[in-house]
Amino acid sequence: MLSARRLGKRYGEKRVLRRIDLDLPRGGFLVVTGPNGAGKTTLLRICAGLAQPTEGTIERAATRAQVGYLGHEPLVYRELTALENLELYGRLYRIPERRERVGMLLERFGLWEARRERVGSYSRGMTQRLALCRVLLHEPELLVLDEPYSALDEAGAELLDAQLAELRGERTFLVSTHDPARVEPLASDRLALAT
Amino acid sequence: MSYVRDVGALARKDLLLELRARDTLPAMLLFVAAVFVIFHFALPGTPSRLETTGFLWVAILFTALLGLGRAFVPEREQRTFDGLVLAPCDRSAIWLAKSLATLTFLVAAEVVALPLYALFFHPIHGAMVAAVLLADVGICGVGTFLGAMAVVTRARDLLLPLLFLPLAMPIVVGAVGASVSASPGRYLGFLALYDLLFALVCWATFEYVVAE
Amino acid sequence: MRRIPLPALAVSSLVLVATALVFVFYVAPNDQTLGFSQRIFYFHVSLAFTAYACFIGGAWNAFRHLWKRDPRADLESYVCVHQGLIFGAMVLLTGSIWAKISWGRWWVWSEDELVLFLVLYLFYCAYFMLRFSVDPGPQRANLSAVYALFGVILIPVSFAAIRLAKEFLHPRVFTLHGPNFGGWILVTYCIAQAAMLVLAYTLYRLELGGKRLDARLRDLREALA
Repeated sequence: MLSARRLGKRYGEKRVLRRIDLDLPRGGFLVVTGPNGAGKTTLLRICAGLAQPTEGTIERAATRAQVGYLGHEPLVYRELTALENLELYGRLYRIPERRERVGMLLERFGLWEARRERVGSYSRGMTQRLALCRVLLHEPELLVLDEPYSALDEAGAELLDAQLAELRGERTFLVSTHDPARVEPLASDRLALAT
Repeated sequence: MSYVRDVGALARKDLLLELRARDTLPAMLLFVAAVFVIFHFALPGTPSRLETTGFLWVAILFTALLGLGRAFVPEREQRTFDGLVLAPCDRSAIWLAKSLATLTFLVAAEVVALPLYALFFHPIHGAMVAAVLLADVGICGVGTFLGAMAVVTRARDLLLPLLFLPLAMPIVVGAVGASVSASPGRYLGFLALYDLLFALVCWATFEYVVAE
Repeated sequence: MRRIPLPALAVSSLVLVATALVFVFYVAPNDQTLGFSQRIFYFHVSLAFTAYACFIGGAWNAFRHLWKRDPRADLESYVCVHQGLIFGAMVLLTGSIWAKISWGRWWVWSEDELVLFLVLYLFYCAYFMLRFSVDPGPQRANLSAVYALFGVILIPVSFAAIRLAKEFLHPRVFTLHGPNFGGWILVTYCIAQAAMLVLAYTLYRLELGGKRLDARLRDLREALA
């Protein structure tokens, strides 16, 4: 699904990634760990297709419509409601039976009651749960999740655990985390980055 | 066509955002009125029709710049640009949708600005309105494109007027010409040509502006 | 063209510029109206065309960067535009001197070419501000390339606009580069033009070489670190 050779990324004079090799087969679950500043976010952005490497190559057997990315930012508009946000992404990703799917995800992540409120009024945990809805909306083949547990409360974390367990094996995962113990049972491979 | 639907969804989003935030359009309206008043004090004596037409176009240009500077603010501040770039839609749809939304705001501002101009200075006529509409298309198309470019730089708001004003020169020529000339057809045709040419270039190259 | 060694280019520029100076100041005949001081015009026009050639070269390299993904093209595009700005500054300077000679003022709005050049100069100065406001990398290269393309389209559009604007901005002024362009005048102009083009190319190769060396040095330092 994903394969990278001698991947490197440099922002001006600052080097962020150095000679990363990566192989992620279909259905795999790769956990990326490392201290802050090690380049986890940059690596995941490159894998999702949001950034280009400055050295090395990367091959991705998934089109843009098949990739789901969760970054540090939830990528939702604060002035819009949860419903409007998911409607927008639903249209852009051309999801069939959009309304049903949006409703189903909002229910599953406990946001149905708050669906008509502006995202700006949500707590951090709720926003992160909405971001998860956004990622799962188009049923992507490749899920790139950058520290997905970081903003979640315990209830949200359990929901995510359940979701990951459910999709494990069917989809391909690339997850970075500060808490590797949590995803350890699901992991098929590990990558540790150093600064 | 799915491209049209993408543009529609994105433009709807932009219009909704402005409706909720309610900051750009009122600012543009107030700005244009204030600028007219400043012009009155800036030019001593009674300005001719030629001179006040110049006022109008400078006012429109800078009001537009105000709006254009705000165009990609939600995408920048909330980093939602990533979300749009990840989507499978054609990247140029982002530019087109944003241009259409900005065009709507600019026209809305002019609905107030033009009567205000007629009140303060000189009456307006058909060719002027046609010039305004054609010029708006060019301003919003090119301005939105450059706004997206400026947003990823360090200088951001500083850079947009610098990038935009040289490109706006032909628009000003066409617009002022159409407003004062006895035969405005030539100028209107020129404006239409400018709009077409630059819209094409913007549409074809927006992909490269958002790709990192 | 890349095979021509830099020393040979440097020598040819020197020879050509020297020849041009000789021709401009000694061989070309005096202008009927303005006399000796009109000679600046040979440099002004040849510098202008050279600058345009640089901007067009910049746009061509920009196109190569975007469409053909040539990794060398971004730097080449930037150096072209940089040379264009240097020569452009000379165009504005000589243009101003020429205006003083012909009309007694250091700037005139009635000359199409000068006004067009000013607009383009501002445009490419903005190119520089853009380029230095983004960290080096693929994004900076893309943004610069797109903007350079906009520039080359702006050239004919602005020219048409300025022509159009003459109707209501200024009455048509009789310009002095009339049809009497034959004989020694033509020869002198051609030599001056060739000199400027070769000089520009030499400086381009010089700067490009220097920047490439910098980049390689940086890569080597990186590899050792």
